[in-house]
Amino acid sequence: MTRLTHLQRLEAESIHILREVVAECERPVMLYSIGKDSSVMLHLAMKAFYPAKPPFPLLHVDTTWKFREMISFRDEMVRKLGLELLVHINEEGLAQGIGPFTHGSAIHTDVMKTQALKQALDKFGFDAAFGGARRDEEKSRAKERVFSFRSAQHRWDPKRQRPELWHQYNSRKNKGESLRVFPLSNWTELDIWQYIYLENIPIVPLYFSKQRPVVRRDGALIMVDDDRMPLKNGEKPELRWVRFRTLGCYPLTGAVESRADTLPAIIQEMLLTTSSERQGRVIDHDSTASMEKKKQEGYF
Amino acid sequence: MAHKSDLIATDIQGYLKAHEHKGLLRFITCGSVDDGKSTLIGRLLYESKLVFEDQLAALEADSKKVGTQGGELDFALLVDGLAAEREQGITIDVAYRFFSTDRRKFIVADTPGHEQYTRNMVTGASTADVAVILIDARKGVLTQTRRHSYIVSLLGIKHVVLAINKMDLVGFSKEIFDAIVQEYRDFSEQVGLEHVTAIPLSALKGDNMLERSARTPWYDGPTLMSYLETVEIEDDLQAKPFRLPVQWVNRPNQNFRGFAGTIASGVVRVGDAIRALPSGRQSRVARIVTYDGDLDEAVAGQSVTLTLTDEIDVSRGDVLAAAESPPAVADQFQSTIVWMHEEPMLPGRPYLLKMETRTVTGSITAPKYKVNVNTLEHLAAKQLELNEIGVCNISLDRPVAFDPYVDNREMGGFILIDKLSNDTVGAGLLSFALRRAENIHWQALDVNKQARSALKGQRACVLWFTGLSGAGKSTVANLVEKRLHALGRHTYTLDGDNVRHGLNKDLGFTDADRVENIRRVAEVSKLMVDAGLIVLVSFISPFRSERRLARELMDEGEFFEVFVDTPLHEAEKRDPKGLYKKARRGELKNFTGIDSPYEPPEHPEIHLRTALVSPEQAAEEILSKLRDAGMLYVPDDLSGL
Repeated sequence: MTRLTHLQRLEAESIHILREVVAECERPVMLYSIGKDSSVMLHLAMKAFYPAKPPFPLLHVDTTWKFREMISFRDEMVRKLGLELLVHINEEGLAQGIGPFTHGSAIHTDVMKTQALKQALDKFGFDAAFGGARRDEEKSRAKERVFSFRSAQHRWDPKRQRPELWHQYNSRKNKGESLRVFPLSNWTELDIWQYIYLENIPIVPLYFSKQRPVVRRDGALIMVDDDRMPLKNGEKPELRWVRFRTLGCYPLTGAVESRADTLPAIIQEMLLTTSSERQGRVIDHDSTASMEKKKQEGYF
Repeated sequence: MAHKSDLIATDIQGYLKAHEHKGLLRFITCGSVDDGKSTLIGRLLYESKLVFEDQLAALEADSKKVGTQGGELDFALLVDGLAAEREQGITIDVAYRFFSTDRRKFIVADTPGHEQYTRNMVTGASTADVAVILIDARKGVLTQTRRHSYIVSLLGIKHVVLAINKMDLVGFSKEIFDAIVQEYRDFSEQVGLEHVTAIPLSALKGDNMLERSARTPWYDGPTLMSYLETVEIEDDLQAKPFRLPVQWVNRPNQNFRGFAGTIASGVVRVGDAIRALPSGRQSRVARIVTYDGDLDEAVAGQSVTLTLTDEIDVSRGDVLAAAESPPAVADQFQSTIVWMHEEPMLPGRPYLLKMETRTVTGSITAPKYKVNVNTLEHLAAKQLELNEIGVCNISLDRPVAFDPYVDNREMGGFILIDKLSNDTVGAGLLSFALRRAENIHWQALDVNKQARSALKGQRACVLWFTGLSGAGKSTVANLVEKRLHALGRHTYTLDGDNVRHGLNKDLGFTDADRVENIRRVAEVSKLMVDAGLIVLVSFISPFRSERRLARELMDEGEFFEVFVDTPLHEAEKRDPKGLYKKARRGELKNFTGIDSPYEPPEHPEIHLRTALVSPEQAAEEILSKLRDAGMLYVPDDLSGL
């Protein structure tokens, strides 16, 4: 009798989901956000279709405010794996000069991320988009389906979710409607790290500790990643040993002080830590139910 | 975060090594809002250190604001996710929670206990290995306890924890505990639950959750956590015959043809003889391909890609199975159906049925009976409403390979999808085949449809007139038939009123009866088309899905949907039979257009707007359409006749 470990079972389930979408949908795409969850999802896609390449492109919605190291990592991964990458920027937002420093996180995220994502999905006519969200991240995610149905306006209706039984996923939809599919739904943050460790999956170096120039702002350590960051009176970037637990737009992503520069050290730090992963992200603090509202409006 | 372990701080490598090998247990919790279910899950998360300080701070604030524990920590708030339900104080859907200990990772399906949410419980139970059924010690075994136990048993969960909660409110009384256990055992045996473990608990205070409680010295069984960590889930899936439903055919180049899928049961080794179903062709496993290198063997639950030694035709939806013990192939089954949609299940209506990787069209007969989930009584039923469970026969448009659900959840479970809305409307568990598909063959007759219609100098087809009562369907159909007859063509008209006097006189006007009415007429039309006739069907036929059923019964190009489009106010003004007046007075129930819907065709072959054309013009339009489509040709080789 072969006993499968929890990671083997999670891996098999994710591969099953990836294949199901490819078999049933006309034009799938994988949203590639360059973070650790995206790295795991991409790795699973390489496994699911081996020896073929994943039969869909990657899509990166670039807010133009990502860490520079994320962009170079992205380009390197795509080159190494020989995959197709589509990069979409909300040009309208860019022309209006929308950014986190000038417009605040809410407007920036809405225009450059949520609206940009809808634009991209409409532009390319994708009918299914893989996302790396996990149910353990946030309470409203816990109830979302693996195959999450969206109206032609990209809206999510928590009351009209389709029941999901066994491993039977209903991917049917009418023209214009689409699916968001979450192959990592049942993974936890610990599972992700453990799998990255076991499978040797490349991740952006920002997850590892290094001396980086940061300023302390509203209680968060913000890395000065380029010269677009306006320094307030008296603010002076200082070099500190920091790393990131989650990656996004650099002005909206707080660093943590850490000396963890190996995967075991990162996992150790995570297991001993006392604050949750998304705390570093600014958007969740708006209101308790903010994620649910955003999702109904089309945020991934 | 995940759990207490000294290894984390002292030897992280050792810790990771240990955790690499732990297993996974999925369980479901069943109980109503008041049983303390959310509190129980919240407590498990909290005790296994899954709650961070920032979440704890939010929990403390929420507990003061909306908590029900007088300002003390309300663990239920950790679990109840969506904003709407937080306001109502209830959980309204299935939510999945995660925690892990040194021994196992756990996935908890949290489902509400209200009767109207049978749907959610069935969903949560479909993937669970263990069920935790909550009982409020003050209330004992309730109707809902029976309902939960029945569903748990129906969905094939073998291991049950009877969590007798709120023991603190009954003074941790052994007598009360024993009485509840005794009462429950009688019932659990009746529904066929074999392994039941009863545990006295206080989820709120923590008794017998992780640590053995000093307040139940009379109890010597496991705590809830130690049960969950150690219960042996008979991994008998591997002992069953090999099954792999093919998900995707992997063809990166001319030299590789792999069949990708998740193994539903059994073990497969290189060299094994396999059979592809439903075709029955045999071959052997050449390679078990994975990204991490080829395997010698693979087991149930693994997602793999197989290559075979022979080039046999296999595609998505087929099943690869052990050659010596293949699954049965059939197209008619008895099954238990759980209805999950506000629109009731209508017997005869075609639904899509998704079984593993196969999607086929199936129709469901009227239920043999439905089950009262509270008493297990069998009740007569004509249709199934939301959250009802019934036993029905289903008939598919093509044969599929299957195993009975009790033998194999993955091979015997299916979902039902509405063809128009695409919603998942039900779930089903296959019991057995009514007859083996290999025994039925269409009688291939030498004199066929083409021969019969050629003799008549026509092509057989159906003109399906649909529209409101009083729209003018029969008037136009009558004119068309007269014209065809005059041209020497062979026709027959099926008229709604006439058929209801004979073939369908047992049917009324409920939605279910309307569906059956149309199904019978569609089948009769099919036989008449086979006889070579031009069939004119004049029925209100208000539902798109039944008209689609009729269309799908015919061959390509044989079905002409004629939409006799008369606005309601106009039809009502004409009211040739006085029916609208009756309906308006409330003397006629379920009258189309008044208190029963009419779904207009989206793409009819012929669209007659009676406000703009006379019946004669309409008839001429239909005739020219038939001519254009080649229905009235005179075949060359028969022109001399």
